[in-house]
Amino acid sequence: MDQASPFVSTPRREIRAGLRDIAPVAVAALPIGLLFGAVAAAKGMSPLEVTLMSALVFAGGAQFAAIETWISPAPILTLTFATLLINARHVLMGASLTPKVRMSRVQTLLAYFFLTDEAWALSERRALERPVTGAYWFAMAVVLWANWTLSSTIGAILGSFLGDPERIGADFAFTALFIGLVAGFGRSRVTLVTVAASAGVAALVHYFIGAPWHVASGALAGIAAAYLAAPEEPRS
Amino acid sequence: MNLDTTTLIAILAMAVVTYFTRIAGLFVADRLVLTGRAKAAFDAIPPAVLVAVIAPTALTTGWAEAIAAAITAIAAFRLPLLGAVAVGVIAVVVLRNLL
Repeated sequence: MDQASPFVSTPRREIRAGLRDIAPVAVAALPIGLLFGAVAAAKGMSPLEVTLMSALVFAGGAQFAAIETWISPAPILTLTFATLLINARHVLMGASLTPKVRMSRVQTLLAYFFLTDEAWALSERRALERPVTGAYWFAMAVVLWANWTLSSTIGAILGSFLGDPERIGADFAFTALFIGLVAGFGRSRVTLVTVAASAGVAALVHYFIGAPWHVASGALAGIAAAYLAAPEEPRS
Repeated sequence: MNLDTTTLIAILAMAVVTYFTRIAGLFVADRLVLTGRAKAAFDAIPPAVLVAVIAPTALTTGWAEAIAAAITAIAAFRLPLLGAVAVGVIAVVVLRNLL
């Protein structure tokens, strides 16, 4: 009988770790999905259209931005460009995560369909200690995807029955969730400088220019600040 | 259950663009070997992006949101993720009623 060592990863253990890590994120995302569905329905989208968008696009930030500017007929080019801009961060996230995942190229191509800020942040945290396995990733991914698709569909069907989301603070859950995820990256000097630069530039750009430009500009400012704040590398 | 053709095309275009951004990093990663400052910049991508997405809500929406964001940040260093989210949501509801 083989004794399971705590240092050996079994698929079962990886799946359990994935479910444990994603559970709080899924709970926090639930009201956001309901909110998205309700807002989309209020803008004139049918429940079927909401389901398709959540299932195929599966990117909360881009979907909220699309809904915010939604008119009928849908402005395809504008929506596509805004989506590209908001989701450009995925390129960097995928590049950062790829050396840390233990999956074949084909598995990764499938796995990255489910790439989200949350799954990526949790995987980066896990990668500090061990490689990210397919079992861990897909356990997280499928739960989050099903959760998002279902909750937004239910939100679209319930629509106005939900009442004012601001009254129960549901609109703030997304912000609180991201703050919690950022805190997971620690309090080093470089991280604090990054957060300050990103927050400042994003808020200013959003105020004076508007969405979705604050995402790209804030992120770039934070990255540049980290580059400048980090110690200069020794010549080699 | 109606499905508008233009809406469907818009959704599919958004989906294709999004999937492209998701897999593009896979092909760039092979050529990225980073050290020193470049590595610090790369490691800063996650917090920089997450903060940029929420900064308008957290900082320029109103006092209730700004204070609740600060409370959430303090809680986030002491509580598990879900606890911090709960503290943040409760804080914003209370503050919106007070302010």
